[in-house]
Amino acid sequence: MTPRHTIIETIDITKVYGMGDISVAALNGVSVQIEAGEFVAIMGPSGSGKSTLMHIIGCLSRPTSGQYILDGEDVSSLSNAQLAGVRNKKIGFIFQAYNLLARTSALRNVTLPLLYNHGASKNIEKEDEKAHSMLELVGLADRTHHQPHELSGGQQQRVAIARALINDPVMVIADEPTGNLDSHSGEEIMALLHKLHSQGTTIVMVTHDPKIAAHTQRTITLKDGLVDNITHNGKDHSEEKAQHETI
Amino acid sequence: MKPFEAMRIAWEAILKNKVRSFLTMLGIIIGVSAVIIMVAISAGTEATIQEQITSLGSDLVFVQSAMTRGGPGQMPSGGLVYDDAAALEEGVSGIVSVVVEQASTETIKAGNVTLEDIEINGTTTGFPSVRDMTIAEGRYFNDTELERKTKVAVLGSTVAVELFGSTNNAVGQYITVANTRMAVVGVFEERGLVGNTDFDSRIYMPITVVFQKFTFNPFARFMGDNIRMIYVEVDPQANLDTIITQIELLLAKRHNVTLDEADFSVTTQQDIIATQESTTAAFRSLLGWVAGVSLIVGGIGIMNIMLVSVTERTREIGIRQAVGATADDIRLQFLTEALLLSIIGGLIGTAVGVGGSYVFGAVSDMRTVISAGSILLAFGSAAIVGAFFGYYPANQAAKLDPIEALRYE
Repeated sequence: MTPRHTIIETIDITKVYGMGDISVAALNGVSVQIEAGEFVAIMGPSGSGKSTLMHIIGCLSRPTSGQYILDGEDVSSLSNAQLAGVRNKKIGFIFQAYNLLARTSALRNVTLPLLYNHGASKNIEKEDEKAHSMLELVGLADRTHHQPHELSGGQQQRVAIARALINDPVMVIADEPTGNLDSHSGEEIMALLHKLHSQGTTIVMVTHDPKIAAHTQRTITLKDGLVDNITHNGKDHSEEKAQHETI
Repeated sequence: MKPFEAMRIAWEAILKNKVRSFLTMLGIIIGVSAVIIMVAISAGTEATIQEQITSLGSDLVFVQSAMTRGGPGQMPSGGLVYDDAAALEEGVSGIVSVVVEQASTETIKAGNVTLEDIEINGTTTGFPSVRDMTIAEGRYFNDTELERKTKVAVLGSTVAVELFGSTNNAVGQYITVANTRMAVVGVFEERGLVGNTDFDSRIYMPITVVFQKFTFNPFARFMGDNIRMIYVEVDPQANLDTIITQIELLLAKRHNVTLDEADFSVTTQQDIIATQESTTAAFRSLLGWVAGVSLIVGGIGIMNIMLVSVTERTREIGIRQAVGATADDIRLQFLTEALLLSIIGGLIGTAVGVGGSYVFGAVSDMRTVISAGSILLAFGSAAIVGAFFGYYPANQAAKLDPIEALRYE
């Protein structure tokens, strides 16, 4: 078991879009904590601010006010270039639409983050080796040279997961990871996420689907830019339930 | 991102869109090949002119009539006269020989062929030597014929072909110049254009015949027969400036004028070369500007396509930003792509330009000379154009917001 420490801590985060009279507050003071090794879902109806929170947690944008401490580092006021570095080294993204580079092999998609790993010494053979092992981990060892259009949706999402893991991030952010998949592929992806979680990966998943959210240990529900409630799902229990349902 | 990785990514991006990449490069290809071909043509022209001028015969000084003394509404008067030539030969040291020329324009007939407005050149026997003309058939007229005003003519090759169908059956035939019947004693070899003078479309005869028949002047008895030009062949060892000064002083004295109002002008080969050089320099810079403009248009083409490409690849940019690409990384990527496009375009353009110059030189009358300088110039400007016009699209790409870019459909 990994030692428990706080990976994500947001303190009274607000995010206001626009300026002057027509400004819209997407977040009105959100404080959440996520521990290392947790599998957490962020839920909420559209307009609740869950995407905005995900962008801030994912270092794609900065809070208007409040503090965000990621892995012990205050990242609320870093420059764009510094945020890019944080994204590269500490965060792995999984998107609803997979977001792989077209006409680029699975292997090259997986090694993409290594390209921007500034300061790390370059060793292409080692990089490829690592990408291979990541593709093996997601069950695509035999698809390394396939391009996205030659892969099914589920397989593409697996490539995306391998890409998210390549830089050994402190957490993985999954934005509706099953949203574009049929239920069977969706379950496979969820099973893969569970596997990663069981190996100690911290996962934050944004979803609007309560069934998917039920896979996680904890669900943070947002409403009107505020935390509405936090429920503990009892992960082991829900996993059993899911197994009963499939049998 | 390290430069070699930027190169690899740019190369892959170019390969992924082969047709678009080629169309993007087309402007640069045209620009670079245009620069090379145009510089090759102007260099070829220059070399040809240089050779022609050298082949005018070396160590020549041209003394030309300049009729400056006639006021408005008056007949121009003055200028060189026939006797000036003999005076120069006698009075100026360092002169090897003197040849005189007077011309008129007449209609020529032979059989049922009539040629109008043919320039007839009356000269002395040294003419073929100073103008570097070679007799192809027959002979040039001799001193006896010059003295006796014998009505003989030597034809330029074009005239011979037009009158008699070819150069080798003209000798021995008769032609009628205006109303004078003359025997053809020789035909010149083809000489081609020298500067803008076509020596092949003229006929040549003793200058004494021209004076008598075509430029008859009733006052010649008192003033001498007017001539157009004296060719002075000088001793190559002699000081040219001294000879020119002697010629000017002697003629001014003979014509009773000051040097400021001289009715003649003295030109050397160097003067002609300088004039031609300034003409070709202007020609060359004009071509250079035209080619430069096409390079700039090529650059704008690159900028256009790169802007489209940035928009089209917004999502790709978003993905790269999400996994950690900084603005600098994105800028470097697109700038490298633009640069690589223009360098490849430059290479293809160089190949097309060099090949085109060879082909152009082979199939047309114009000569082309390919210089390493023009290749470097064209190639260098292509790279500069690529960097310059690639910067704006690259910067647009770098400025994209990752969230917006990821949402882009």
